[in-house]
Amino acid sequence: MALKLMKGNDALAEAAVRAGCRFFGGYPITPQSEILEYLSKRMPEVGGHFVQSESELAGISMVHGAAAAGFRTMTSSSGPGFSLLQEGISYIASAELPAVIINVQRYGSGLGDIFQAQGDYFQAVKGGGHGDYRMIVYAPASIQENVDFTTLAFDKADEYRNPVLVLSDASIASMMEPVDLPEMHEHDPNKSPHAAKGKGNGPFKRITSTMYYIDDFDTYIKTKYDNMAANEERWEAVQVADAELVLVAYGITSRICKEAVMLAREKGIKLGLIRPITLWPFPAKAFKALPDTVASFMTVELSPMPMIQEDVLLSLDTRKPVHNFLAGMNIPEPIDIVEKAADCIKQTAKGACNG
Amino acid sequence: MVERLIPTALVEDNKFCPGCGHGIINRILAEVLDEMKLTDKAIGSMAVGCACLMVDTFGVDWIQSPHGRAAALATGIKRCRPENPVFTYQGDGDSMSIGFSETMYAAFRNENITAILVNNGIFGMTGGQMAPTSLPGQKTVTSPMGRNTDLTGQPLNIINQMKDLNIGYLARGSVTSIKNINRVKKYIRNAFETQMSGGGYSMVEILSPCPTNWKMMPDKSLEHIDNTVTTYYPLGEYVKKGGDSNE
Repeated sequence: MALKLMKGNDALAEAAVRAGCRFFGGYPITPQSEILEYLSKRMPEVGGHFVQSESELAGISMVHGAAAAGFRTMTSSSGPGFSLLQEGISYIASAELPAVIINVQRYGSGLGDIFQAQGDYFQAVKGGGHGDYRMIVYAPASIQENVDFTTLAFDKADEYRNPVLVLSDASIASMMEPVDLPEMHEHDPNKSPHAAKGKGNGPFKRITSTMYYIDDFDTYIKTKYDNMAANEERWEAVQVADAELVLVAYGITSRICKEAVMLAREKGIKLGLIRPITLWPFPAKAFKALPDTVASFMTVELSPMPMIQEDVLLSLDTRKPVHNFLAGMNIPEPIDIVEKAADCIKQTAKGACNG
Repeated sequence: MVERLIPTALVEDNKFCPGCGHGIINRILAEVLDEMKLTDKAIGSMAVGCACLMVDTFGVDWIQSPHGRAAALATGIKRCRPENPVFTYQGDGDSMSIGFSETMYAAFRNENITAILVNNGIFGMTGGQMAPTSLPGQKTVTSPMGRNTDLTGQPLNIINQMKDLNIGYLARGSVTSIKNINRVKKYIRNAFETQMSGGGYSMVEILSPCPTNWKMMPDKSLEHIDNTVTTYYPLGEYVKKGGDSNE
C-alpha cells in the first residue's frame, strides 16, 4: 500500500474518478474550487466529461441529465452555491436517480466568508430542497475519509437510487494528509437499470417524479427512507464506556474533541465522544447504547447557534441535558473544550444545566 | 381504402387544448424522427409547462427537467451519450424566462443538441401570464392593462440573441398554414441533421397559437400570428452551416 500526500479537495476528486464518476458539472466557489480544477484535468484523462457550468443551477441540472443517462456523476459547491443546488437535488431525489453532491462548508449565511464552518448542518440533513426527500449525509474528518466516504457515496447512491451528500468543510478541503487511494472502478452506464439511452425496440422511459407511476406512493417513499434511516447510521464512539459527559461533534471538530478527550482523561475528567459519521441518518443508536454513567452531553459546533444539539436531544428523547460549545468562526482549542465540559459536569451534578 | 399513418412516437392522443399549436408540432417532430430513423434513439429533455403533457403521449425516452433547465440537462445527456439524438422541447416561458441562462449558454457552448422552442407569447400551463415574449400592449392575467414595455421590456427575440453565436442552425417557423407547417417541419429536420452530422447547436423557434389563454378563436389566433406576431418575430432560417435538406 503506497500512501500519497494529497490535499483534501484533490483527494476527494480523485476518489470520485476512481469510483467511476465520468461526468462532473460545477461552478467555481471557494473553498471547493480545487475539486473543479482537479477534475477539469483529470476527467479527459479517463474518458470522462467535465463542464464548467454557467451556474450551480445549470451544473446540478447537467448532473441530473448525466445521471439519467446512467453515468456516475457528481457536482460540488459551497455555501451560497449549495443553496442553488437544492432545486436540482430535490428533482434528482424525486426522479430516484443516483448522484453525489459535495458541499465544502464555509462560514455564514448570505455571502458569508470562505473559512471553515458547520453552519449548513440543517440545510444538509433536514432537506434543503422542497418536498419529501432525504439524503444520506457523510461527514469526513480526514483526507482519508474524504476518499472513503466519496467512494461509499457513489455505491449508496446507486444502491438507493438517491442523491448522497458528502459534507466537508474548508479545513478538510485545504489540509494535506497521506491517503490510500482505492483501485480504479469502472462503471458501465449501459447496465444502469434506469439509464435513458433511446427506447430501442422496447417501451419508452419516463424519467420524472416516480410518484406518477407508483401505486400507494406515500407508503413506498416512506418505506424507502425508513430503510435508509434504519440501515445506514454510522458513527464512531471514543471512550464512552465509563464517560460522565459525552462530546458530540462531526468532521473537523471531532478531531479536536478526540484530543480534548485525551487531555481530560489525563486530568481525571471522564469525557467520551460520539462522532456522527452519517449526519442523516443521525446515529440515534449510538446514544441508545450508552451506559448509565453518562449524565450529560456537549455538542461542539463550528457555528454561532446550536444545530446538532437538536438531533442529540431527539436521539435521547430529551431525557438528559445537552450543552453546547459554540465555536462560531473560531477553531476551538482542546483545553477550552475540556474546561467547558468540566463546568457542565459540575452544573449537571447540581441539577442546573442549560447552555 | 384509406390508411391513417400515425408516426410511431405518437403513442396516445395528445392532451393539448383545442386549437393549440403543440399538437401540430408534436406531429411534425414525430414525423421527422421517424423519417430520419431516430425515434428509437432519441432522448428528450422536457420542459415544465404545457410540454409536460407529452410525457405519456410522445413515445421517446424522456427526462423531465426542472423549470428552465432543459438545455443544461440535455448538455449532461449529450456529453455522456454523443451518439444519441438529444433534444429539448420547451415553451417560451421555460426557455426564455426562467431558463434564459441555460438556453443561451447551451447555444454559447455550441452544444450538439437540438432545441425545439415553442413560442406562444404567454405562460400557458399556469393560466396565461405575461411572458418575456408577450407583445407590447398584450393583455394577460398579469398585464391586465396591456404589456407596458416601459416597465417590462420589449418582446424577447431569442434568435437575435443567438444569431451571432458560433452555432450550427437557427430558424423560426410557424404553424399557421399547411405551407408554414411543411416549412417548419423542414427546419426541424435541418436541425436534427445538423446535430447528427456533429454540426453543433441547432434551434427551431416555432410561433404557436394559444387560443385558450389568448381568449381568441383558433382561426383568429392563426390570423393574429400571421398579421401581428410575425412582425415582431420574422420567420426564416437565420444560421445554416450545413447543407440544405430535401423534403
